[in-house]
Amino acid sequence: MRFLPAGDLAVSVELGEEISVEVNARVRALEYLIQQKGLAGVVEMVPTFCALLVYYDPREVGYDALCGAIAELAPQASTAVLPPARLVELPCCYEDPELGFDLEAAARRLGLAVRELARLHSGAEYLVYFIGFTPGLPYMTGMPEQIHIPRLETPRTKTPPGSVSIGGTQCCVYSVESPGGFWVLGRTPLRLYDPEAPDPILLRPGDRVRFRPIGRAEFDRILAQVEARAYAPVIA
Amino acid sequence: MIRILDPGPQTTVQDLGRVGQLRYGVPPSGPMDRFAFVLANRLVGNSDGAAALECTLIGPRIEAEAPCAIAVTGADMPLSVNGAEAPRWATLALKAGDVVKLGPARSGVRGYIAVSGGLDVPLVMGSRATYLRGRLGGVGGRALRRDDRLRPFPAVPPRARRVAARAIPDYGGEPTLRVVLGPQADRFTKEGVGALLGGSYEMLPQSDRMGARLRGPRIAHRRGHDIISDGIALGSIQVPGDGQPIVLLVDRQSTGGYTKLATVCSFDIGRIGQVRPGQSLRFRALTVDEAHGLSRESDAVLDAVFREETA
Repeated sequence: MRFLPAGDLAVSVELGEEISVEVNARVRALEYLIQQKGLAGVVEMVPTFCALLVYYDPREVGYDALCGAIAELAPQASTAVLPPARLVELPCCYEDPELGFDLEAAARRLGLAVRELARLHSGAEYLVYFIGFTPGLPYMTGMPEQIHIPRLETPRTKTPPGSVSIGGTQCCVYSVESPGGFWVLGRTPLRLYDPEAPDPILLRPGDRVRFRPIGRAEFDRILAQVEARAYAPVIA
Repeated sequence: MIRILDPGPQTTVQDLGRVGQLRYGVPPSGPMDRFAFVLANRLVGNSDGAAALECTLIGPRIEAEAPCAIAVTGADMPLSVNGAEAPRWATLALKAGDVVKLGPARSGVRGYIAVSGGLDVPLVMGSRATYLRGRLGGVGGRALRRDDRLRPFPAVPPRARRVAARAIPDYGGEPTLRVVLGPQADRFTKEGVGALLGGSYEMLPQSDRMGARLRGPRIAHRRGHDIISDGIALGSIQVPGDGQPIVLLVDRQSTGGYTKLATVCSFDIGRIGQVRPGQSLRFRALTVDEAHGLSRESDAVLDAVFREETA
């Protein structure tokens, strides 16, 4: 474990140097423990793959005291302390090339049939490592090895929100229109970030996610419900 | 109510920002120059975090539709009420129908206009601050437009006060910003660190509330410029492959995969927010302990300016 100062208001706590479910679970568990213990001076935290960025108020706690208190909690930081994860279902339309505009090219690149790629992608269960970069965007793992794929050589400048996409060993869903280097396989009609909703963010770090394949007609139906604020996401 | 007659290039509602939403990818937002923002609020008798306006390079023209008090601080934007010059860094009592105009900034970038009572816009994720890229907070998540009307919360008329001339910041020259090295200082060569701490860096025009893009001596990496994505603190100096630093500010992305050489101290963030495109700046390194000492001092300076002027 390493403590790296990030200015006078934050410290980065590094728990490993690799992207793995195990290291990330420790990061999220450490965040949870710090929150549960109500460590003095902690203002907010950002979990990522293998580090936890802890923002603090130096008027309430000094750097050494804070690092010491975190170091004491770290040995207990394991999956066992985390509350049960939520399972969130994201309906996803793979079948319409207007929405999943890279599906065919990705299938070709992987040497798979288009339907097989969609089946493999929707058959897996994903874990949200963390939310970041843009509001509500999940960094997810859990892709079957057959569909690991290098990122796009030329990132596109605009990817529509809701785009369900893959790159490297990861899967992500764009939350706002943004540039991107991932292959877009389909689109969910749900909003991962909705600034006008009472609770604007759909997914949380540690959530499990499943994609339910839907046809274009159902996509349009759910989209209309989402727009009318009449759709309740399926969360178990 | 106050009515916007002309918004200027970018005028937004800000408060002291959102806390606790970075883990969902939502940045704090809030004023780029906290010192000037807080003083504007104190001059009209508001709490430090009351919602007020931040304008950029050129101020707005606004009309008071009811009597209220305002204070204008920050960038040196010529201020007039009904065409007559009026003092900045001071409480101004307005009558219904008074028209306030802030012109183009002669120095600095961000001007602040606080209204007694504070602006009554909805709380979104715990804050009234506008986050433009996320279309969140303020007035519909956007910059103000002509004919927008903003209602302040009811307030008793504040006592008229003024900040002494010697306490008003000078936004010109080549400021030196204090930084703490890290989190990834070990990913740069000795010469790379020396470039940042020894060189002069120019503010580029594409800088905004998300980040200040700078141009100056190239900062060399060791072992590449990519890291496993991690959290980005306020003031992080990110250095991509081109070796040119970007200081990440109040509307920053919450996480990212570029190496971060150093982090600008909280008490100097406001100073970056006032550096104009083409103006240059320098960096100097402190230890965390030194930074904490100076952070206590900067709180005391803010309180002293206030006490002195109310006496």
